[in-house]
Amino acid sequence: MTTNILEMRSITKTFPGVKALSTVTLDVARGEVHAICGENGAGKSTLMKVLSGVYPHGTYDGDIVFEDEVVQFKDIRDSEAKGIVIIHQELALSPYLSIAENIFLNNEQKGALGLIDWDKTNHEAATLLARVGLRENPTTRIMDIGVGKQQLVEIAKALSKRVKLLILDEPTAALNDEDSDHLLDLILHLKGQGITSIIISHKLNEIKKVSDAVTIIRDGKAIETIAKTDVTEERIIKDMVGRDLEHRYPDHTPHIGEEILRVEDWTAYHPQDTSRLVVDAVNLNVRAGEIVGIAGLMGAGRTEFAMSLFGQSYGSKITGRVFKHGKEIKTRTVSEAIDNGIAYATEDRKTYGLNLIEDIKRNISMASLKKLEKAGLVNDNEEYRVANEYRTSMNIKAPNVLVKTGKLSGGNQQKVVLSKWIYSDPDVLILDEPTRGIDVGAKYEIYTIINKLAAQGKGVIVISSELPELLGISDRIYTISEGRITGEFPIKEATPETLIKHMTMEKAR
Amino acid sequence: MSDLDTKPAADTKPAVARAASRLTHVIADLGKNGIFIALILVVLLFAFLTDGILLRPQNISNLIVQNGYILVLAVGMVMVIIAGHIDLSVGSVAAFVGACSGVFAVHWGLPWWLSIILSLGIGALVGVWQGFWIAYVGIPAFIVTLAGMLIFRGLALVVLGNSNIGSFPSEYRALGNGFLTDLFGEYELDPLTLGIAALAILALITQQVRTRIGRQKYSQEVEPLAWFIVKLALITLAIGFFAYALAAYKGVPVTLIVLAVLVMVYGTVMTRTVFGRHIYAIGGNRHAAELSGIKTRKVDFYLFVNMGTLAALAGLIFTARLNLAGPKAGDGFELEAISAAFIGGAAVTGGVGTIGGAIIGGLIIGVLNNGMSILGIGIEWQQAVKGLVLLLAVAFDVYNKRRAGGH
Repeated sequence: MTTNILEMRSITKTFPGVKALSTVTLDVARGEVHAICGENGAGKSTLMKVLSGVYPHGTYDGDIVFEDEVVQFKDIRDSEAKGIVIIHQELALSPYLSIAENIFLNNEQKGALGLIDWDKTNHEAATLLARVGLRENPTTRIMDIGVGKQQLVEIAKALSKRVKLLILDEPTAALNDEDSDHLLDLILHLKGQGITSIIISHKLNEIKKVSDAVTIIRDGKAIETIAKTDVTEERIIKDMVGRDLEHRYPDHTPHIGEEILRVEDWTAYHPQDTSRLVVDAVNLNVRAGEIVGIAGLMGAGRTEFAMSLFGQSYGSKITGRVFKHGKEIKTRTVSEAIDNGIAYATEDRKTYGLNLIEDIKRNISMASLKKLEKAGLVNDNEEYRVANEYRTSMNIKAPNVLVKTGKLSGGNQQKVVLSKWIYSDPDVLILDEPTRGIDVGAKYEIYTIINKLAAQGKGVIVISSELPELLGISDRIYTISEGRITGEFPIKEATPETLIKHMTMEKAR
Repeated sequence: MSDLDTKPAADTKPAVARAASRLTHVIADLGKNGIFIALILVVLLFAFLTDGILLRPQNISNLIVQNGYILVLAVGMVMVIIAGHIDLSVGSVAAFVGACSGVFAVHWGLPWWLSIILSLGIGALVGVWQGFWIAYVGIPAFIVTLAGMLIFRGLALVVLGNSNIGSFPSEYRALGNGFLTDLFGEYELDPLTLGIAALAILALITQQVRTRIGRQKYSQEVEPLAWFIVKLALITLAIGFFAYALAAYKGVPVTLIVLAVLVMVYGTVMTRTVFGRHIYAIGGNRHAAELSGIKTRKVDFYLFVNMGTLAALAGLIFTARLNLAGPKAGDGFELEAISAAFIGGAAVTGGVGTIGGAIIGGLIIGVLNNGMSILGIGIEWQQAVKGLVLLLAVAFDVYNKRRAGGH
């Protein structure tokens, strides 16, 4: 018996016209946590789909050896029967079913007459929940627990299938720091119980924390596998992008001018539960040419503040005053906010930012059609020209602007969203998690765009969960906790430690 | 017109690649216009099966007149569907408005034009009612219009008071079965029809050429010149044949004029105006549209006001054609209009669809109805065949999209 639980040998996978994987070799030792790292579109997910049988045997070249045996999976059920379970980035849970029902979905615990034995189901589920450290009643509905806990339910579900090799596709992408930490600890805990894991991730610090080896994939090729002791961020980044990234954040010399936007006593309540305070008397300001960061954990009220400010798109009983260039303005509807020169790029581009079935051109023009209107008609040709200009200047990687945005990678989608808002010609841009789910190379480009906007004298507010990012690009950082601004730091005084302290500051009770 | 060539001057591709790119263009175009080709195939099939009766001048004229009201409804319906809604009430609204128009024109003896205006106003009010519930209260359109289907069918019966209303004034009736020649006297081949057709062809060619030049000016890719010319020639031929058929019978039906105006106006609204763009944006992603400053409620509201008005127009055309406002009027209209929109390529999830597609979808249903009637196929089989065609059309669309999506 070799020490490798899995060997993928010379895997090549071609789609019509594209070679997605070319002779990729991956060895995973029994009982280790193996990270796979690479830019979006590098071929990580394709490799995992080959492994889990989503792409059945025969549609790829090369061999998969699992537990010293060549395996030929026809579908996911085949691979799960062998103990390979994949947890996708988009969780596959049914929101209206209970935790227990989800865990045993399609694997129901049956009793007499083939009927479902609910006592057994809930009891077994409780045991599994204990193993993943989730203190919830198995009968709670999935929609009533947070994303972090849902992730744990997915893992409990995998455990119920007697998993030997657990594959996690960007498991912490949607989690806050606390939930991420818990999840990473759990992966290490499971490792102690002999479960091997493959974790796909963009986040270099968490890779360093949990993995025993890192394989980097670029352009469908495995570049190298680095042992834990040799892992450095620089080396991973260099392998991922194929060049040295001297600076992960572009240079930015601020030229800060007059105050553009000031928000006073901004307060908002939860839209349904109107007695729950979500944004609590927030005061902040942005000056021309300034990049202001808002640091806060998920659920701290960052997005809620931004969306309630932007045309009351969130919340109820919203009060407070907004001043632009010292004059009070109203932002009661989105179009009023846009007319007043405010733009908000959402944290969730697929749900709130883009029309995925439309092309690049129409997405860019969506918020500014009035500009293209002449004698009641939209000037198509002008729209095409404008969109093409943004395609070039923002480096949107697409053959032309008639490509549907649903087909673009995360980074390019984000560039389309930013183009849309830049074209609306705002004075203040609020960017909510502008680099979420985007690979390192594209992140750098987004930072460059943000710098350019500031250099043009616009005020930019960046909301982010990634502290290094905020520290890398901001001129000033506010911390927010429980809906309140708990601190304000010029960039020179901001350190990760002080920020975290203020981000977790609780209200005096 | 020297720059009316295939591409900007910078084209240095080898000849083979150019030919290949031309071919892909033609294929892509055929794919996009698959529904148009389907219509041609259905027409050819029934022309063959009916020994040419389908393409006789009188029958072609009938095709338009008999299906006019469905096409009017299809125009409004496809807009509602693009925005992600549905309207089940249009048949009942058509019946209700038809009944009201009977009261206006026959019982009260109001002038025909006033009756028509009042009737359209009632349709708009129905739309205000339904639009209010859908847009501002937030009740799904399916429920609101299902209720509307019952409410307005009931009100139609109330207005009719258990009897039919008949003998409408002749000007009113012209809406359903009049011809423009009625105004100008009769010829062997109606010159007015031919003249209108010539103008239509000229306008179409001018518009196409202008669009092409405009695109080239902005150095957008355009289709190969040869294919462009072939396409225009085919369209000219089709319009020519159609016009000849109409001219040989009684001339241009009034219904056709109404339809042509609707298609032009709504076609422009959907492709070239901000309102139209907003409809597509809302159907594609309602949240994103809202966060882009689009007033989604307002758009929803006006969509239903518009649908109500068009349902009223369809009711008028139908009543005028039968010269009768009866309790069964408009039965099943909603299903034919919805089918037309979906056969014409509208997506069930919203965001996709065209006025032209819906019209062609409606014509396919019309040709099926008409062709099968000529063949003497019973109403029961007609229903079954139409259902099957709807299913296959949408299945084909889904299959195509999946293939294009690369999954």
